[in-house]
Amino acid sequence: MLLTGQSGLGKSTMVNTLFKSKAWQSNLPSLEVPIPQTLELHSVTHVIEEKGLKLKLTVTDTPGFGDQINNDKCWDPILSYINQQYEQYLQEELLITRQRHIPDTRVHCCVYFVPPTGHCLRPLDIEFLQRLCRTVNVVPVIARADSLTIEERDAFRNRIQQDMNTHCIDVYPQKCLDEDINDRILNSKIRKQIPFAVVGADREHLVNGRCVLGRKTKWGVIEVENVAHCEFLLLRDLLIRSHLQDLKDITHNVHYENYRVLRLNESHQLPRGPGWVNLAPASPGQLTSPGPGKASRKSYRDTKDDEC
Amino acid sequence: MDKEYVGFAALPNQLHRKSVKKGFDFTLMVAGESGLGKSTLINSLFLTNLYEDRQVPDASARLTQTLTIERRGVEIEEGGIKVKLTLVDTPGFGDSVDCSDCWLPVVHFIEEQFEQYLRDESGLNRKNIQDSRVHCCLYFISPFGRGLRPLDVAFLRAVHDKVNIIPVIGKADALMPKETQVLKQKIRDQLKEEEINIYQFPECDSDEDEDFKKQDAEMKESIPFAVVGSSKVVKNVGTRPVRGRCYSWGTVEVENPHHCDFLNLRRMLVQTHLQDLKEVTHDLLYEGYRARCLQSLVRPGARDRASRSKLSRQSTTEIPLPMLPLAETEKLIREKDEELRRMQEMLEKMQAQMQQGQAQGEQSDAF
Repeated sequence: MLLTGQSGLGKSTMVNTLFKSKAWQSNLPSLEVPIPQTLELHSVTHVIEEKGLKLKLTVTDTPGFGDQINNDKCWDPILSYINQQYEQYLQEELLITRQRHIPDTRVHCCVYFVPPTGHCLRPLDIEFLQRLCRTVNVVPVIARADSLTIEERDAFRNRIQQDMNTHCIDVYPQKCLDEDINDRILNSKIRKQIPFAVVGADREHLVNGRCVLGRKTKWGVIEVENVAHCEFLLLRDLLIRSHLQDLKDITHNVHYENYRVLRLNESHQLPRGPGWVNLAPASPGQLTSPGPGKASRKSYRDTKDDEC
Repeated sequence: MDKEYVGFAALPNQLHRKSVKKGFDFTLMVAGESGLGKSTLINSLFLTNLYEDRQVPDASARLTQTLTIERRGVEIEEGGIKVKLTLVDTPGFGDSVDCSDCWLPVVHFIEEQFEQYLRDESGLNRKNIQDSRVHCCLYFISPFGRGLRPLDVAFLRAVHDKVNIIPVIGKADALMPKETQVLKQKIRDQLKEEEINIYQFPECDSDEDEDFKKQDAEMKESIPFAVVGSSKVVKNVGTRPVRGRCYSWGTVEVENPHHCDFLNLRRMLVQTHLQDLKEVTHDLLYEGYRARCLQSLVRPGARDRASRSKLSRQSTTEIPLPMLPLAETEKLIREKDEELRRMQEMLEKMQAQMQQGQAQGEQSDAF
């Protein structure tokens, strides 16, 4: 999982809230950490266990994104990181004697934190989302949503959805990848609510005798897990409970395959530089068949035979 | 015997009547990234709807928007006192992907107002000088950042010697009390580190009462002000209707000092320091601009005279009154030279024609 957005939007806190464990050492109390001059990428890997099931979670944070005066091309390091992971997997796949289980460091989901301005998407948001949606599953969220009232949130959400339509930004769950009618119904409901308005907290407070995760202010306590307060639970359910496997599948079957096809086609040309954003739009045949696993495996073997 | 009574104790009343008749004017600039609650705060501060027919541009329009300067004027009256308030807004600030030099139009605007005043002041008819100088700039800082961002620092650095700056944290209801304290301290430290001069509140007189002094000290402690704005009135059961923002977990009251610093800001800006802001603009910032301007106009040899006269305004007769900036004066001189040359040419032509005519006439006479 890759978290990205301007600093101070609660990315680190969100990870803690999502997994209810301190997977991330949050540096909020001490604001000593200066804004880095260039974008950096910090990855932390943790193994989390629930009911005997282990989940190896890798969370990558991107401090310094969008904080400078000139933010042109600040998305390049992120795109090159994502493509690097695809490249690593591709290299492992192309080996003559391959490992049984290739370590999968690919980014399955990118959560993009939109600042709660209440107006619309900023030019930086649009530039970034347009480029990212072609490479990875993107889930945009409205960060720090406790500064918006319910009406403001709805209006903001509608504006964002309109903006995404106008600029052809296709976020997860992608409409063209719905397999059958059930998927479509389920995903349409989700698509109406994206982006989720979330609030993160890692402290617990006592409210009406219950201990809840929340933020305590002088006028009330914002409960993170209360659906009337914010949509954190919807985000958590999407990322972990209902669509975790789907996110991985789409990354493997669609995004990774796109990358692979392009690389194999270019294998006669010079290697590309970092952050290559000009991915040719995938041909319709690629995108409409989300489960081409078997089909493309076969085609891969054919090319290998040809090369031999 | 009764003490002699001359009667000038009534002077303040005379001043009061005169200023009330003249009216007050004030120019306030608001700057900061979009979405920080600037318009809402202005509406709350002055209880007017200055932004009634406002169209927030959508994302496609934003992609090509550059910084613009907008001026709105409104006349407010309260208790018989009229104030002509001019609001200068800077939509598009900080919006683009590349915000380099996006503050230059703002700096240019402020200096333009100074230049206009300088010209009016040096003019012949000084009866009705319109003061369009910016008296105060409310700069909005995002509550989500970790203090001042590079863009904030660049902007403040560019304008701090030209306008009174009051830093304000917008949308402060996104912060918990401890976070607000930490953020304020961080901003104060950064301002000191970057040597940015914000507006300094004058010390209150020693003969003021304790309450006032305490209030004053509290106000100074709470800079930058963490504000929340709202023009909606919330009617909660059991309490009187207040202006606030209604969330599902509680209501933020704009005028509650425990919730935010709105009252402090309003008191400071409108009740106690409005006049001081104008005076500082005139005596300090404008004079600084004027001195810089004059120094650049005078010839190098006479620079000593310029610096001496900066200290004592009485000796203005030694300096030629700068009617216009240097480039324009030169242009005028050149134009006048051109005209003179043309007129000379015409004169010569006419003379030549006359001579010819005379010569022809003589010839014809001779014939």
